[in-house]
Amino acid sequence: MNELRTILGDVVTRLFTERVTKDLLESAETGAWPDALWHAVEENGLTWPLVPESKGGAGGTWADAFVVARAAGRHAVPLPIVETMVGSWLLSASGLDVPSGPLTLAPVHRDERLRLARAGNAWRLSGAAARVPWGRAAGHVVVVTEADGRTMVALAARGAVEVKADQNLAREPRDTLVFEQTPVVAAAPAGRGVPPQATFLYGALARSAQMAGGLDYLLRQASQYATERRQFGKPIGSFQVIQQNLAVLAGHTAAAGTAAANAFGAADRGDAAFEIAVAKVRVGEAAGLGASIAHQVHGAIGFTYEHALQFTTRRLWSWRAEFGSESDWAVELGRSVAERGADALWPHLTSR
Amino acid sequence: MQTFRFELGELPPEAEALRAEVRAFLRQELGDTPPVLRAHSWGGFDREFSKKMGARGWIAMTWPKRYGGHERSALERYVVLEEMLAAGAPVSAHWIADRQSGPLLLRFGTEAQRQKFLPAIARGELSFAIGMSEPDSGSDLASLRTRAERVDGGYKVNGTKVWTSNAHLADYMIATLRTSYDPAKKHEGLTQFLVDTKLPGITMSPIIDLAGSHHFNMVVFEDVFVPEEMRVGEEGAGWKQVTTELAFERSGPERYLSSFALILELIREVGKNPSERAAATVGRLVAHLATLRQMSLSVALMLQAGENPNLEAAVVKDVGTTFEQEVPEIVHASLGVEPTIDSGSDLQQVLGFLMQRAPSFSLRGGTREILRGIIARGLGLR
Repeated sequence: MNELRTILGDVVTRLFTERVTKDLLESAETGAWPDALWHAVEENGLTWPLVPESKGGAGGTWADAFVVARAAGRHAVPLPIVETMVGSWLLSASGLDVPSGPLTLAPVHRDERLRLARAGNAWRLSGAAARVPWGRAAGHVVVVTEADGRTMVALAARGAVEVKADQNLAREPRDTLVFEQTPVVAAAPAGRGVPPQATFLYGALARSAQMAGGLDYLLRQASQYATERRQFGKPIGSFQVIQQNLAVLAGHTAAAGTAAANAFGAADRGDAAFEIAVAKVRVGEAAGLGASIAHQVHGAIGFTYEHALQFTTRRLWSWRAEFGSESDWAVELGRSVAERGADALWPHLTSR
Repeated sequence: MQTFRFELGELPPEAEALRAEVRAFLRQELGDTPPVLRAHSWGGFDREFSKKMGARGWIAMTWPKRYGGHERSALERYVVLEEMLAAGAPVSAHWIADRQSGPLLLRFGTEAQRQKFLPAIARGELSFAIGMSEPDSGSDLASLRTRAERVDGGYKVNGTKVWTSNAHLADYMIATLRTSYDPAKKHEGLTQFLVDTKLPGITMSPIIDLAGSHHFNMVVFEDVFVPEEMRVGEEGAGWKQVTTELAFERSGPERYLSSFALILELIREVGKNPSERAAATVGRLVAHLATLRQMSLSVALMLQAGENPNLEAAVVKDVGTTFEQEVPEIVHASLGVEPTIDSGSDLQQVLGFLMQRAPSFSLRGGTREILRGIIARGLGLR
């Protein structure tokens, strides 16, 4: 763990522990935008870890970004922090200026495409992007698409886009954005290392870190609850059946953290498509199983809105399906493995 | 609450250089070994192969040179282990000695014991078995009853060990025996010994596993004389030594690669253009496999850095053995081919072999339940 990452870890933990309260989460679920928290996050430089220092960012790595993304998941932070992280990276990696304020990404589905076409000297976007995270709250939308046979990164102002509001299970905005010959703020050929479908791919990367963080919370919370809640005259955590279930949760949590961290490390080295697919599959599976164990340990109280457990479990149930579910990514991953053939599997695994 | 740490890192260049060397060796040595034999993983016993490994310096890799070791890093050793397992090399004749008996002697043995045993282990000439379980002592290891009574110049041993893998092939057994008994302190009074498997008074009989194979044994001791100098560590220090020894074996690549041969056959079977369903099955297995490799490697990196990742190692073993046990079930569910013995395709034979072997994955070296108890203790629950 290098120095920047240690500092980042301390900053995010302190900030989120103090500010992401139950009241704040409940208020965000009613549709209120936690503006003060957003500004605190921005002022602490948490949204631009991958933007060079010369452009006002932290000049860090994906491994640094992982610290923030995982913590954002651990605390169920109701803000588009990871979307802004990925968006700001896509823009700066393609030589575009990064606007301040929250960003979001489109498209977020594997088979969805937006059309980018020249109109005189400018570029215009057309098409609909469904279930865009924080669509209504983001100041700008970062779009990756193909134009003239090249991968392009485009920036559109949200004000220029029609927004149809919707939400995920955690009542986070998941809005349809409709572009109709929408003029873009800027567009450029995708920079080195920005693949086609980058919003989908790196969105999946970001969700894997958030889910790993969510599982960290579940393990900690469920273990603590099991030592506090007493039945039959003793803490329920002293029963072997509860211990066994929490050990299983620990295994999934450890696997999720490892898979996500490894995908962020791969993103620093270059093409991370394999590791991102691995992470989204493994972490997504852990999320479902982990939520189930955490709820079982908590009994009826964990099923109430009153108890904070649900802020995380509802997020996990949605996040695992966003930017491609486990089955979607498993098919993609399985096809790539099958195409290389059985004999290439071990050399491939050990060369990554 | 203590949280887990799985810091990731890269293998050093010398370890990666070694990998190429090991692969070239394995291509030559294993040639066209059929998949069903490769599926034996670390169960394949071949003394000649172990001697070749010893000659290459791939046993006792991290031990001091003065004991025949090679003073290489734990990470170089890790690369050799994972390459052996991925290829399905017959490593069983030296595996136990390299993994736990040798390290036990390095840590707790006398100088004379180290001089006598370690160089021979390093050459791949000495095979070890582990004498822990007894008819009435499985998971409850502290209830061991096989007695070692002090007599002139050593100990007289009486009792029975069971499930002793490869005892009929091994030269020595590290036996954990009871030297004193206090019902209130069962963990005390245990002592470890180096026992020559050819000593008079030792009777071995095979315990045939459900597939008809012989690797387990029942080992009966009747007034077996074990000389004083074959005691490992202090009298009564056995429990501490055993738990240390068991910790050596938890996070290695053998805890998630046991069904690797079947994953390869599955990929061969589904071909270059798999159906969506088959692709999803392969993808999920590979996602688990790739993650487990990183987890296992992470523990190796921590060990190399001098840390003590006992809890992480227990987690890797639990998650890893659950995975390797699940693979035959998933292949069955996905392809529905019949598992076979000595007939049918490679896939069918590997499936047949591993389906019958898989129940042992979550038993050997400590049951899943015991392991999860260790993890629960790490979570602050006990």
